[in-house]
Amino acid sequence: MSNYTNSPCAACKFLRRKCTSDCVFAPYFPPEEPTKFANVHRIFGASNVSKILQEVAPHQREDAVNSLAYEAEARLKDPVYGCVGAISVLQRQVLRLQRELEETNADLMRYASCLGGETTSAYGGRRG
Amino acid sequence: MASSSTNSPCAACKFLRRKCQPECVFAPYFPPDQPQKFANVHKVFGASNVTKLLNELHPSQREDAVNSLAYEADMRLRDPVYGCVGVISLLQHQLRQLQIDLSCAKSELSKYQSLGILAATHQSLGINLLAGAADGTATAAVRDHYHHHQFFPREQMFGGLDVPAGNNYDGGILAIGQITQFQQPRAAAGDDGRRTVDPS
Repeated sequence: MSNYTNSPCAACKFLRRKCTSDCVFAPYFPPEEPTKFANVHRIFGASNVSKILQEVAPHQREDAVNSLAYEAEARLKDPVYGCVGAISVLQRQVLRLQRELEETNADLMRYASCLGGETTSAYGGRRG
Repeated sequence: MASSSTNSPCAACKFLRRKCQPECVFAPYFPPDQPQKFANVHKVFGASNVTKLLNELHPSQREDAVNSLAYEADMRLRDPVYGCVGVISLLQHQLRQLQIDLSCAKSELSKYQSLGILAATHQSLGINLLAGAADGTATAAVRDHYHHHQFFPREQMFGGLDVPAGNNYDGGILAIGQITQFQQPRAAAGDDGRRTVDPS
């Protein structure tokens, strides 16, 4: 948390304004992390971030800021897809593993039934 | 897709209450019949930020950029705390669980495969042991038994285990809770839940 008596928070420093005691950004944008606010400001804008923070319960604001910072950084790295690109990659991986798991389970069932059949056939029964 | 300024302003200009010029940067991507799309993007990102973002991109990339922004905006409005980062977290959790499940299943499968090799080996030994018998019928019977009950054909042992890697990232968007509504390959996010996009 920024001690406004010593140093303005990263947001107020960026915006070149006085960091007051009730600054909404101060708890979440410490002065030693200037890039965090710069990124968020560039993608979302200070007023939009302020509105989002005010709509969110105080105990959730830190998470909200961190997720906004994550999205902003992802968008700056990939201006076309932002963090949605990561979602796409993850979704494909999930689908691939789901298919692989289904196939492996199908193999397991085949083996299980074959073993059951073999046991039966070993004793003269038909193959399963 | 482009809004004809002579007929109807694009959703952005309608929202901003301004004249939609022929060179309007928003018009190609915010048709008037999808007002919510721009409203969401404006609320989360702001019109000027979106303009700057679009201007930094090649025109061929702008539609995908707008659609991914619209998707992010939509997710942020649904979940103000985590936005689409919540989706990422959920997918990562799903992926970890699937990896564990798959590992267990493959471990189990390998036990069956070992049993199969062992059984085949025993059967083979059985044939060899009987080969020296004077009466060849026993040998033939065992051989037939083996062939008829060969339950570890090679294609089954390895079938299903070779899954081609399908991780090529082409920017398609899929979302938890809205997965079936997204289609590849273009990023898409509409404001009315309809997110099917024709491939370019």
